[in-house]
Amino acid sequence: MEYVLAAAIGVLTASGLWLMLRPRTFQVIIGLSLLSHAVNLFIFSMGRLTPGAPPIMPRGGFVDPSRYADPLPQALVLTAIVISFATTALFLVIMIAARGLTGTDHVDGQEREQ
Amino acid sequence: MTPGADHLIIAPILIPFLAGALMLLYDERRRQAKLVVALVAAGLMLLAGIALLRRANGGGFAGGSDVGYYLLGNWAVPWGIVLVLDRLSAMMVVLNGLLAIPVLIYAGAGWHRQGQHFLSLAMFLFMGLNGAFLTGDLFSLFVFFEVLLAASYGLLLHGGGQLRVRAGLHYVAINLAGSVLFLIGVALIYGAAGTLSMAHLSQLMVTLDGSRRPLVHAGAALMGLAFLVKAGIWPLSFWLPTAYMASPAPVAAMFAIMTKVGVYILMRLSFLIFGAAAGASAGFGAGALMLGGMATMVYGTLGILGSQGLGRMAAHVVLVSSGTLLAVTGIALGAGGGVTMLSGALYYLVSSTLGAGMLFLLFEPMSREEGGIAAMLALTTDAWGLDPAETEEDADPAPGQGLSIPGLMTALAVAYSVAVLALAGLPPLSGFVGKFVILRGGIGDAGMAGWAVWIFAALLIVAGFATLIGLMRIGIQTFWANEGESPPIRVLEAAPVIALSAMLVLLTVQAEDVLRYMRATAQALEMPTTYVEGVFAAPRVAESGNGEHEP
Repeated sequence: MEYVLAAAIGVLTASGLWLMLRPRTFQVIIGLSLLSHAVNLFIFSMGRLTPGAPPIMPRGGFVDPSRYADPLPQALVLTAIVISFATTALFLVIMIAARGLTGTDHVDGQEREQ
Repeated sequence: MTPGADHLIIAPILIPFLAGALMLLYDERRRQAKLVVALVAAGLMLLAGIALLRRANGGGFAGGSDVGYYLLGNWAVPWGIVLVLDRLSAMMVVLNGLLAIPVLIYAGAGWHRQGQHFLSLAMFLFMGLNGAFLTGDLFSLFVFFEVLLAASYGLLLHGGGQLRVRAGLHYVAINLAGSVLFLIGVALIYGAAGTLSMAHLSQLMVTLDGSRRPLVHAGAALMGLAFLVKAGIWPLSFWLPTAYMASPAPVAAMFAIMTKVGVYILMRLSFLIFGAAAGASAGFGAGALMLGGMATMVYGTLGILGSQGLGRMAAHVVLVSSGTLLAVTGIALGAGGGVTMLSGALYYLVSSTLGAGMLFLLFEPMSREEGGIAAMLALTTDAWGLDPAETEEDADPAPGQGLSIPGLMTALAVAYSVAVLALAGLPPLSGFVGKFVILRGGIGDAGMAGWAVWIFAALLIVAGFATLIGLMRIGIQTFWANEGESPPIRVLEAAPVIALSAMLVLLTVQAEDVLRYMRATAQALEMPTTYVEGVFAAPRVAESGNGEHEP
């Protein structure tokens, strides 16, 4: 399971980085989304992988923490997802505005001279 | 007031948040009312900041402490999020308020009409800034950072146009990448140390397991990169001049404090986590901060000399000042001392933020009609060659010579010369005091002087000199060599600039008191035991006593 998750994060990060360095705005935005997915998985894995254990503990009494998953990274991931969702939406708007104003989808607003 | 429940601490976050949200409910037809609301909110924010500053300076918090705590949700540290107010954060909140009011007045002269919800976005920016200054938790720092960045995206694009959208695209992309780094760093730190509370992390650093220490270092380095992007360290600063130039004048002035957020957080976290008490991790990253800061100073200096317009030049002045602050942080962190140097740097931070904000506000009126001509003249002046010694002599009589241009333009010229003197670090204004204390602390204090400090001192003086040459060149073209009619200036545009120059003069006149405050700040920064222990000792509000919130 660790290997699968590590490979998934690695592949997402690598593809995200490559796409982010491409000259088209759409590639950049997809790259940033992939990167943020990779980061979300990474935050999640930082709470250690505990399969089959709930992150919610019963109220009161003695609680054995080893029987539960760490709830904090899950809360952090939720926040990070919301924020990256909002900023990606904003970036999309700017991308469309830039496309309309400059007539090209190059990140510099003009095609590189050949 | 119930002990431990200092509700005033959260006021600098809540006031702009509520005002911004309130203004969203009304559309652009209620513009004047919105401006009044924004100004009242900024005024209240400043007053709250000043009240907090007085308390932080006079031991006005529970138990005669200089540091105040506010437990959000009444959870004890390290489980809950805590707001911490000490001298440094109080100073930054006040600085934010001092810059906010002139910027809003300036925007009231017309900029807020160029698009929608300018004032709401500005309020959210102030909220994010204050939150980042006050928070004591790494993840809520991320959230406040995103709040201020999201607001700044909107503000940078305010008014539209191809140039802004293009610069905005780069700005958003680089900041999203920075946020990704920030999150990876926070997650690594949480995974390795098991905490997100800055104070808790500071305590854990001493006893941290040897195998986990490199992970915390890696996390801190990645997180630091995100702040360094914001602070504009070379080579992560190439986005900055274009973005600052493209943004509307009041927004660019606000951005002058945004590079300082990065510097503030680096200062705070470096000394808290990697300070002298951090055991094997003491001084981590000091060399990188020092060298990066110096490289930024070189880059900014070259940029100032190479710029033709005031906007680009002001952006490079911002780079020089954040480079200076980063280098001082690195040197002090590496040497494990240098209180005098740090206190000078904090004074310089206030002075250069106000000065750079002024330059950005002056940029637009000064280049309004004669902008193209001034830029062209710059080239001829270069060929003609300015004698540096002559420039220095002429620095003082500039206001008197400006009298031939009547009215507000003269006032602007005086204000401009104040900004130039403060930024270049010439006597008698505040920049000189700040730089002098930095140099005095670096060279004079025992155990500080080394080859790095000497190189830094040389760079600091050269950078100041380049700032003087560059800004005087622009000033001469705009105020003296301008043969046409002077462009129309509104009172609302001149007043904030004059107010900011008055603040700089006041900062100079009150230098002794301010420096005493900065010295105490620097001492607390280097010995964060009060901060760390206080956070854990912060008492929770009793179950029966909650539910009563002061406004």
